[in-house]
Amino acid sequence: MNTSLNLDRREFLKVSAAVGGGLLIGLYLPGRLEAAAGPHTEAEFAPNAFLRIAPDNTVTVIVKHLEMGQGVYTGLPTLVAEELDADWNRIRVESAPADVARYANLRWGGQAQGTGGSTSLNNSWEQMRRAGATARAMLVAAAAQKWNVKSGTLRTENSYVIDTNGKRRASYGELASLAATLTPPADVALKPPRQWKLIGKHAPRKDSADKAAGRAVYANDIRLPGMLTALVARPPLFGAKAKGFNAEPVKAMPGVKAVVAIPQGVAVVAVDFWSAKQARDALRVDWDDSAAEKRSSDELLAQYRELAQQPGAVVHRAGDIAAGLNGATNKIEATFEFPYLAHAPMEPLACVVRLGDDACEVWAGSQLQTFDQATAARIAELKPEQVTIHTLLAGGSFGRHANPTADYIAEGVAVAKATRALNAPIRLMWTREDDIRGGYYRPLYVHTISAGLDKRGRPVAWQHRIVGQSILTGTPFAGMIKDGIDITSVEGAANLPYAIPNMLVDLHTTQAGVPVLWWRSVGSTHTAFSTEVMIDQLAVAAKQDPVAFRRALLKNHPRHRAVLELAARKAGWGKPLPKGRWRGVAVHESFNSYVAEVAEISIADGKPKVERVVCAVDCGVAVNPDMVRAQMESGIIFGLSAALYGEITLKDGQVTQSNFHDYPILRINEAPRIEVHIVPSHAKPTGVGEPGVPPIAPAVANAVFAATGKPVRRLPIRI
Amino acid sequence: MVNLIINGKRQELDVAADTPLLWVLRDHLGLTGTKYGCGIAACGACTVLVDGQPVRSCITPAAAVGGKSITTIEGLSAEHRHPVQRAWIAADVPQCGYCQSGQILSAVALLSAKPKPTDRDIDEAMSGVLCRCGTYTRIRNAIKHASRLMAKGDVA
Repeated sequence: MNTSLNLDRREFLKVSAAVGGGLLIGLYLPGRLEAAAGPHTEAEFAPNAFLRIAPDNTVTVIVKHLEMGQGVYTGLPTLVAEELDADWNRIRVESAPADVARYANLRWGGQAQGTGGSTSLNNSWEQMRRAGATARAMLVAAAAQKWNVKSGTLRTENSYVIDTNGKRRASYGELASLAATLTPPADVALKPPRQWKLIGKHAPRKDSADKAAGRAVYANDIRLPGMLTALVARPPLFGAKAKGFNAEPVKAMPGVKAVVAIPQGVAVVAVDFWSAKQARDALRVDWDDSAAEKRSSDELLAQYRELAQQPGAVVHRAGDIAAGLNGATNKIEATFEFPYLAHAPMEPLACVVRLGDDACEVWAGSQLQTFDQATAARIAELKPEQVTIHTLLAGGSFGRHANPTADYIAEGVAVAKATRALNAPIRLMWTREDDIRGGYYRPLYVHTISAGLDKRGRPVAWQHRIVGQSILTGTPFAGMIKDGIDITSVEGAANLPYAIPNMLVDLHTTQAGVPVLWWRSVGSTHTAFSTEVMIDQLAVAAKQDPVAFRRALLKNHPRHRAVLELAARKAGWGKPLPKGRWRGVAVHESFNSYVAEVAEISIADGKPKVERVVCAVDCGVAVNPDMVRAQMESGIIFGLSAALYGEITLKDGQVTQSNFHDYPILRINEAPRIEVHIVPSHAKPTGVGEPGVPPIAPAVANAVFAATGKPVRRLPIRI
Repeated sequence: MVNLIINGKRQELDVAADTPLLWVLRDHLGLTGTKYGCGIAACGACTVLVDGQPVRSCITPAAAVGGKSITTIEGLSAEHRHPVQRAWIAADVPQCGYCQSGQILSAVALLSAKPKPTDRDIDEAMSGVLCRCGTYTRIRNAIKHASRLMAKGDVA
């Protein structure tokens, strides 16, 4: 039975009996009703909801976001379970299908389903709690009907409805089929924070056991009958095209089924990975590089430094920058340089594609499900609704899977299409070399900052210029570019929190043939560095303590100030350090979360060794404090890899690095002790996947500055 | 033809002798808990135990381990009851989880050689297994927890 009604003009509730007499609940956005109901006339059989209760009393929570390590398969079920009063041990998790009507990211205007910008908990905060609360209300109503008592005499606990008068109890599973026949309540009240039993407490991760048992399934683990494995030879220069290749000898190799040209390069298709790898190694492709990017990183840097001498497009202006700089008694100018960076998730990109005449299935760690679906449909010449996206776990992403061009899925579908005659599912895999050399990097940037202090040591002028490629240009997100300003190039600089009366932030957007993409914390990967390193220099020039100097400039930014003070206090800021140890601090807001980090370093063999990091974070309500800590730990280690090692360089257009031996990431013996402190808050939760990253590189650089007296102005850090 | 003993079971496989053990496990036997991360023994995601020693299966030809006892994550315990796995779960070590089979098997090898490892022992034994999510702090804690479980004889 299906019933529906308006919840509160913004959301639409749909309830139906699920398979096996369960209860299925979903919340739909307005204006999307047809889309939601259209293909699902038998809604009870459609996987189109946020939770499902089975007769065996298990609750299945359907998560619309990608689990890539950040903990969303635990965080979102926590919200449902809290309001449902569900037994945490009986919660299961399922990934949602691609469907913008039901599973859009509400922070992205409901226009796309996807995970990014540390928005998962924030955009699901009301949605998932409401889904749980509505289900609970209906289960209570079902028990009231069954026992012929008033709902008010019943309470719920651990997936049971309990009759407080008659000492009866019924499991949610027992009540599910009856509850599914009831009219849902017009509105539901959400618990006040003092009643929370799971939010703010410890709920163990839902995926730890499978991941400790080797049972977690990633895209390259999928095995379908008759499946073949494809590797693609891509051009050595970005923008080159295949002219010809030695198909015949390669096709004759053991296990090889096809060698085909696709728009991205030349694909070899074989019975397994090793056969495909050997065949690709034997493949000789003649590339046309007439339109390819042939510049080296050094040339790009030189051109960017040149550009930085000229005014750019104005991003932010306050006061009179010329007068401010002219009137300053102490001026500091600095140029900062940032290399291209690869995401290098531990799982190289992979997807499995099964292409039929009128349907296409894709198994992937899909991060932008509805874009991935649209891209697959376009290449397969199908309608989006004919493409099923099975979102699997991703073995890390850090932005790499959130590619608006869906590059690896596009390749998988292109290979399946080019080998249709084989009638075999295609597992497309990338090697690590493909990953490191494959582009979609964090862009290379040059910044200049000119800042001035007055005679009392107060900053009076701040001119910040950024030069680099735009991430958003040419993507479906290009609408976010306003007046020529790609916000992802300047976020963290455009909104500098420090009170400085005369400011100018401007931007040069450059063109280069190197594909670029967001990389964990996006603009803040570079803006936090240049701004926080410069602030430290100003503090030293003003003969002030770096924490006190920042505090004085943050009087209108209490959340920045609070994390700064907490981190400084917990780190023992101001207290003497043992000989050979130095401290540095940085504070930065990204994605509406506030993080301060104090790094304590030693120096060995001319390199900084990070011994200890103290982190303070304000992310609003910490839904799962242990996962907040885990994400801060993760962001710090990830950011340290970039601070100490991360660098993709081009030589005549060709990527120099190829694997972890020359694109190193931090190892356990280099990992600092990390302490994370969470600011108590009742504010709506904001993200934690990215905001731990930005402060660590400048905190370490500032510690190096304290040690050597020489400011660090490029990443990775070289003393 | 290659003869392997994998998780206590003898297997005769029709693969080229130089096929890396990793791809025999994954593509021929469906033991997908062992992961591909780099193919050059630089990341440790493919670590398995060969006669109890951690070995990078991505560069180990299958024929080179013929007749030796190979343990993959699937063979470590039934229902993830090995103390290292229990310690891992208790500490919520995994994030994306992709490297964790290699981490856990490396920790098992460490603890069998050094039941009470120091921080330095842990760093030395585990430094070859990369974790891009940065779970290192928790790995250290979990190894110490597993050590305590094993010392108590709690090896269910």
